[in-house]
Amino acid sequence: MSPPVLSLRGIGKQFPGVRALVDVSLDLKPGSVTALIGENGAGKSTIVKILTGIYSPDAGAITVDGARQRFASPKDAWNAGIAAIHQETVMFDALSVAENVFMGHMPRRRDGLVDWVAIRARTTALLERIEADFSADMPLKRLSVAQKHMVEVARALSHEARVVIMDEPTAALSRHEIDELFSLVQSLKAEGRAILFISHKFDEIFRLSDRWVCLRDGRKVGEGATADVDEPALVRLMVGRPIDQVFPKRAIALGETVLSVEGLSNATEFADISFSLRQGEILGFYGLVGAGRSETMQCIFGLSRAQTGRITVAGRTLRLRTPSDAIAAGLAYVPEDRQQQGAALPLSIRENTTLVALAAHVGRLFLSRASERRATRSLGRRLDIRAASWETAVEDLSGGNQQKVVIAKWLATNPRIVILDEPTKGIDVGSKAAVHDFIGELAEEGLAVILVTSELPEAMGLSDRLIVMREGRIVDEFSRGGWSPEAIVAAATGAAAAARAQ
Amino acid sequence: MSWLLRKREAALAIVITIMVLGVAAYAPAFAAPASLLGVLNDTAFLFMLVLGQTMVILTRGIDLSVAANLALTGMLVALIGQYGPDLPGLLYVALGLAIGAALGMVIGLLVGGLGIPPIVVTLGALAIYRGLIVVIGGGDQVNASEMGQSFQAFPKLSLMGLTAPVWIAAAVSLAAWIFLTRSRTGRGLYAVGGNPVAARYCGISLERTQLLVYTLSGAIAGLCGYLWVARFGVAYSEIALGYELTVIAACVIGGVSIGGGVGTVAGSLLGALFLGVVVNALPTMQVSPFWQMAIAGTVILGAVILNARADARPEKLILPEARRAAAKGAS
Repeated sequence: MSPPVLSLRGIGKQFPGVRALVDVSLDLKPGSVTALIGENGAGKSTIVKILTGIYSPDAGAITVDGARQRFASPKDAWNAGIAAIHQETVMFDALSVAENVFMGHMPRRRDGLVDWVAIRARTTALLERIEADFSADMPLKRLSVAQKHMVEVARALSHEARVVIMDEPTAALSRHEIDELFSLVQSLKAEGRAILFISHKFDEIFRLSDRWVCLRDGRKVGEGATADVDEPALVRLMVGRPIDQVFPKRAIALGETVLSVEGLSNATEFADISFSLRQGEILGFYGLVGAGRSETMQCIFGLSRAQTGRITVAGRTLRLRTPSDAIAAGLAYVPEDRQQQGAALPLSIRENTTLVALAAHVGRLFLSRASERRATRSLGRRLDIRAASWETAVEDLSGGNQQKVVIAKWLATNPRIVILDEPTKGIDVGSKAAVHDFIGELAEEGLAVILVTSELPEAMGLSDRLIVMREGRIVDEFSRGGWSPEAIVAAATGAAAAARAQ
Repeated sequence: MSWLLRKREAALAIVITIMVLGVAAYAPAFAAPASLLGVLNDTAFLFMLVLGQTMVILTRGIDLSVAANLALTGMLVALIGQYGPDLPGLLYVALGLAIGAALGMVIGLLVGGLGIPPIVVTLGALAIYRGLIVVIGGGDQVNASEMGQSFQAFPKLSLMGLTAPVWIAAAVSLAAWIFLTRSRTGRGLYAVGGNPVAARYCGISLERTQLLVYTLSGAIAGLCGYLWVARFGVAYSEIALGYELTVIAACVIGGVSIGGGVGTVAGSLLGALFLGVVVNALPTMQVSPFWQMAIAGTVILGAVILNARADARPEKLILPEARRAAAKGAS
């Protein structure tokens, strides 16, 4: 067997409050496809960012062709022959295909000016080689996602990259486009390039990869030849940890149905969404990133319009035009992205907490500071928000405490239904436990909770029922006790459907 | 509509032509060759300033200090001219470029090096530069009688009815066009503004790019500073007061996206020409100068609305059938 082009040895990476990678070693060999698998948050993206010079590791060594390398910038990684095709295509919409392919390394003529003739000719040749059906002069914004992937592949080839990283390249592609991409991968492989392939889809992993490496919680938990492994074994490795004891599930008597959604669809994001939710219930929504869960919830909360479907709250059909209609109906939505959608970062804890429910704090003429303080104090204590004072700016808090402030803000509206979208994403373990505990408390108080989460232990630990979405549709529903991690992951990844088809 | 958006330069050129013909129908003297050349002569400074501003806005920045830089550099060059020997005009041009570049570089260092938002840095620089004019000039103005012969003569040199500033503007335009379309660094400006994260992945340094564009914008402002002071024969603290807004307006009308990454030399020049025609035409039509600002403002809002429509974000493509439909539509 030939020596690896690229090796990682004992790589570690720490972020505030999170150990993203611990002692990970990895070899990529020429002419071989290595699949990197793991749950969301297992550390796959961190590996990609280290390989492409975006992050530098805290520990461990990277060697290329046996020589130790330090990637101080993306340029260093690129010069070492590593190219990545990213999950969210990172390119320049306003520029042409040719410019996208050669940005950062445009060939120049003798007089120092950019050699457009060469750029166009070389791009055209590259596009022909990968059998792309668009021209070098096409503006990027007119291409489909699949075609943009082709541009990224052309970009990797323009530099004769020897290591090509593909981070969920098929996530947005149709069957036919995936087939085209795969034949492209086969030809890259035949040319002797090393490929690191990241995917959640087992059929792709088995079809394409020669070897696999599995990460869980930032550690490597297994690797081997793809021929020697089967799907259940990989799912077990990905899920791994014991799930039950961390989340003591409270026994809560369920009340009447408070929310029912029937046949909710919009044009491009989700279709035929139907479910109901009872008082005191925690309903989990599990799926891969990009399965359409957040988009569905945003529609239920009035942030976007559905084309068809009906939303009923406590027997009354809602006409949701704006979020304020939803708030009036007793809904609260704690969004996924705290920084962008959740908290007003420069404002204080008090100002954030009372932001949505300000009307409750109006005295005769003006806002009552005292009333605001009382409300903030009681919610702050209940949620265990840790800060120097209630007047501390939210941007000065830790991620976990920021999230608690966002939750407090919504609880201040006294909702009947709370939608929590990835409530523990990127927060430290201690805060996570507090948030979990608090979700149980909410249900106990008779609220109905929708929990959107990509973390299986969280979904299984807290939910009474679990709905699994894939590609914008509900594909399965499980009840507490009637589920297994393997079955849930299989539904989310489409492995179950594939198995049925065979 | 979409054709208009894609061919903004063509659309703008047509609009300007229609405007000139319309005004000419009302006041035929406006369309006389001498009058039209006069429009170009009057707009020469705007032509140059929009080019610097365009480069800055391409990187998602903004330079509010250009007019203050122009006035301060103008004052400095005028003082040098007053107390030094009478130098050849081109030397003053070089002097203006150098002083302006230095003033711009200070901003570039603060924006690029320290990461302070450009609007804050350039607003601060605007105030400081304006204040410095009073300080170094001792509160006085420099008058034509205190300026040397060649100092004053240079911007009034004329070739084929066009004065030196127009020819210089043409040279600067050509250089800017070559820079933005034919150099790696120039194309890098589009990358940095279009998608800063992706630009970083491509190995383009945001910091260095910012330092460069503010220096270039400053150099152009400084060049205009000398030409302005010499042409109008006076240097004082309120020269070109508020002119930065006209410059930014011309860029926006010319299709430079405030969001960065979109804009061309031709578009910006046409945006400047548009405002130049408006400003020159309204008096000939006996429209009150108070309306000029309102008309310019309406046009800017119209341009921004067009930009916003072009930039509207579509929904995500999650459903397999929606992805297929989109893929079919694109190919």
